[in-house]
Amino acid sequence: MPSISLQVNGKHVTAEVESRTLLVELLREKLGLTGTHVGCDTSQCGACTVHVDGRSVKSCTMLAVEAEGRAVTTIEGLATDGKLHPMQAAFHELHGLQCGYCTPGMVMSAVDLVARKPDASDEEIRAWLEGNLCRCTGYHNIVRAVRSAAAQSGGR
Amino acid sequence: MARGGIGDSLKRKEDARFLTGRGTYTDDINRPGQAHAAFVRSPHAHARIRAVRTEAARAAPGVVAVLTGADLAADKVGILPAGWLIHSKDGSPMVEPGHPALVADKVRHVGDQVAVVVAETREQARAGAALVEVDYEVLPAAVNLVEAIRPGAPLVHDAARLNTCYDWHLGDKAATDAAFAGAHKVVTLDLVNNRLIPNAMEPRSAIGDHDRVTGDFTLITSSQNPHLIRLLLAAFTMPGTPEHKLRVVAPDVGGGFGSKIFHYAEDFVVLWAARRLGRPVKWTSTRSEAFVTDAHGRDHVTHVELALDRDGKFLGLRERTLANMGAYLSQFAPSVPTYLHSTLLAGCYTTPAIYAEVRAVFTNTVPVDAYRGAGRPEATYLLERIVDVAAREMGIDRVEIRRRNFIRPDQFPYQTPVALQYDSGNYQATLETALRKADWAGFEKRRAEARSRGKLRGIGISTYVEACGIAPSAVVGALGGRVGLWESAQVRVHPTGSVTVFTGAHSHGQGHETTFAQLVADRLGISPDAVEVVHGDTAKSAFAMGTYGSRSLAVGGTAIVKALDKIVTKGKKIAAHLLEAAEGDVEFESGRFVVKGTDRAKTFGEVVLAAYIPHKYPAGLEPGLEEGAVYDPMNFTFPAGCHVCEVEIDPDTGSTRVVAFTAVDDVGTVINPMIVEGQVHGGVTQGIGQALLEGAVYDDDGQLLTGSFLGYTMPRAADVPSYQVATETTACTHNPLGVKGVGEVGAIGSPPAVINAVCDAIGIRHIEMPATPERVWRAIRDARKS
Repeated sequence: MPSISLQVNGKHVTAEVESRTLLVELLREKLGLTGTHVGCDTSQCGACTVHVDGRSVKSCTMLAVEAEGRAVTTIEGLATDGKLHPMQAAFHELHGLQCGYCTPGMVMSAVDLVARKPDASDEEIRAWLEGNLCRCTGYHNIVRAVRSAAAQSGGR
Repeated sequence: MARGGIGDSLKRKEDARFLTGRGTYTDDINRPGQAHAAFVRSPHAHARIRAVRTEAARAAPGVVAVLTGADLAADKVGILPAGWLIHSKDGSPMVEPGHPALVADKVRHVGDQVAVVVAETREQARAGAALVEVDYEVLPAAVNLVEAIRPGAPLVHDAARLNTCYDWHLGDKAATDAAFAGAHKVVTLDLVNNRLIPNAMEPRSAIGDHDRVTGDFTLITSSQNPHLIRLLLAAFTMPGTPEHKLRVVAPDVGGGFGSKIFHYAEDFVVLWAARRLGRPVKWTSTRSEAFVTDAHGRDHVTHVELALDRDGKFLGLRERTLANMGAYLSQFAPSVPTYLHSTLLAGCYTTPAIYAEVRAVFTNTVPVDAYRGAGRPEATYLLERIVDVAAREMGIDRVEIRRRNFIRPDQFPYQTPVALQYDSGNYQATLETALRKADWAGFEKRRAEARSRGKLRGIGISTYVEACGIAPSAVVGALGGRVGLWESAQVRVHPTGSVTVFTGAHSHGQGHETTFAQLVADRLGISPDAVEVVHGDTAKSAFAMGTYGSRSLAVGGTAIVKALDKIVTKGKKIAAHLLEAAEGDVEFESGRFVVKGTDRAKTFGEVVLAAYIPHKYPAGLEPGLEEGAVYDPMNFTFPAGCHVCEVEIDPDTGSTRVVAFTAVDDVGTVINPMIVEGQVHGGVTQGIGQALLEGAVYDDDGQLLTGSFLGYTMPRAADVPSYQVATETTACTHNPLGVKGVGEVGAIGSPPAVINAVCDAIGIRHIEMPATPERVWRAIRDARKS
């Protein structure tokens, strides 16, 4: 089995993986980072979205071996020093989650959007989140939360 | 209003773990020594099993066991019972075929489970399952609901002639016939309520464990009602297993919408396999598996007729419906198109005579059961569609015809001709607020503006009443329900004054940990931060029935209130003793026990401490402060409301966009407005999904063509607008909180509002759901031709 080295949530990690192992399987099953969820088997739902080198990636679409030498951030690594990331705080403040299952992927995806386009319109937010399914919230409060977090980021 | 009390949009307690990846869903849990299960499922809709060859699978790497329907039959276990008995018109009981957890003789739908492979890893189990060879004799399948009842159609179950499970009716046929005979106008409509696939985002998952020394079983499962699952396992599926030796835990559950109510085969199989193997066994559904194993929803074919007088007053309503049960009877399936459906046909209206005939039909498709709204969306849809058609054909304004027929506020309690007695409501108020908020009056200007851009804009309205908080157990029993439908609560006040509440309701997105804490905080005058709500574990909470039918607050919340009342009553006794006053002179208010008309008082905390350190204490009173209560409702609750939808259609492509949606609902007393609004947003989105996007499609051979998120169109962020949501409250009269329920209203009121808007935009009488671009484009083309 290939051995790979990568950064996960700022820590150096080495793991033995099969060449067919998906990044999400490495995270959930080998590293115990169960905050990243699996909601489908066709790369449609986005529940498994993480950041690889700062960009959002559906971790079911990437092999673990492809993460060699790269920096992966999961939902567990988003808060710093016990303080919620502004996106997490906005989801809490504006009730952008219900059952919580799509939430980690939704938050990771939204963080990437705000980094790329801090002044995104509601329409652009909705278009960006097309790859993340939520069955509970109807997206209304998720869109509000993303807009609010973007405003707080001060259009950086 | 106190901070965090009833009426405050308190931020949710559960968010902290969900937002940081610390939620614990079933698949996040692993037990020491755990093996993994994968199912061998039928690729055919209908086939006889000639042989199951397991040798290759048994020899595969990591495989520890292969179990089949023959093993199940040998162990005499694994029957999944139906929870509701319906009688046909002629008094005969419904046909109730067995539903085995693993099939030995004949598969009846694509996805039916034939065998299970248990292996060291998930991958090995799946690889092993692929090696099980099943020799099938493929049989013709009964797939289409209308064709399945024709003579000569293939039989799903030999015992069910013409594939009919039951042929039921409700209402006064003679009175309804008479109403139609004397009518000025009769309007008819044929419609389909499309089959939906619930698709909670967390796929189902289950872990079974068995301790051979103690005999204890543990099932961890993504369920909305762990106690119900335990009851069914002990009573039917694993006969001989003592209920006290069976613990069912439903940890964090990622959405349910009804689909996680049911007693599924896999829950039993992991327990059974764990007992046989002496080690924990885990199974997690893939999404593709979920599409062919989670119970589907809706799937009615209906003919409806409305009789009116000259002024547009409704005189009578007739319904004839075929309801798809799928291949087997799922737990509550028989009740959904009957007592949860036809009983709602009065809607908001004074229609004096109603007669419904519902025929339940087996087909070679996935079982159909309750999905968000369960029977009431189907009732609301047929009613609000025929009312729009009647308005169109009689030349009466759509809003005006509804106003003319509304039950007035002074008519409550209102007895409908279809069994229900509505306790409260104000349909005029929700209607007027919705019209105002949606700027109904200004719509024609917006239509004209859209036309100038080449777009067809339409507006639609629907009103509804639904029934929640199921129900008095005696009534449910009389109607064929095989369970009680009460709810329990225990309130444990700790010596230092904080509180743990144990509830039988289960939260899988609803936010009970927050709203139930608010309720306790409000009643006891303490901070919601001092209240912990525990749910989802049969070893912690007392027996109860779980969460579905928007019953958690109306039934479960009332049980909590009853327990809190006992706490306060006992607290008064203690306070009276401490204050040297008569018990009758002590009042409890804002967290203080006060001697009436004086400033002498003890705080809640002082009284609690005295209960646990009873140095100065009433003689004969037990120390401690913990109370339990059970609540069996006196009636259903009746949320109601009005939804207004505006759509814009591109006539060149048929593509339809919902551009505005207003929902004004009466859900009774609101504990947390933020959470109530969120429930409506989600429900409306599922309703828009049903109206425009979603629909399960089977081919003639019974293959599910919409078997993944690639083929089944889920509403995505860009498919829906931001919503305008408001409440108009009339209190429920028969529970102490005045609450009615909010979980399903969005999915009930919205589909007809959307379709009424689409019909208005195109200027047509009817269009079937989902109104896909193709259907809409064809409707526009046909309308232009005629």
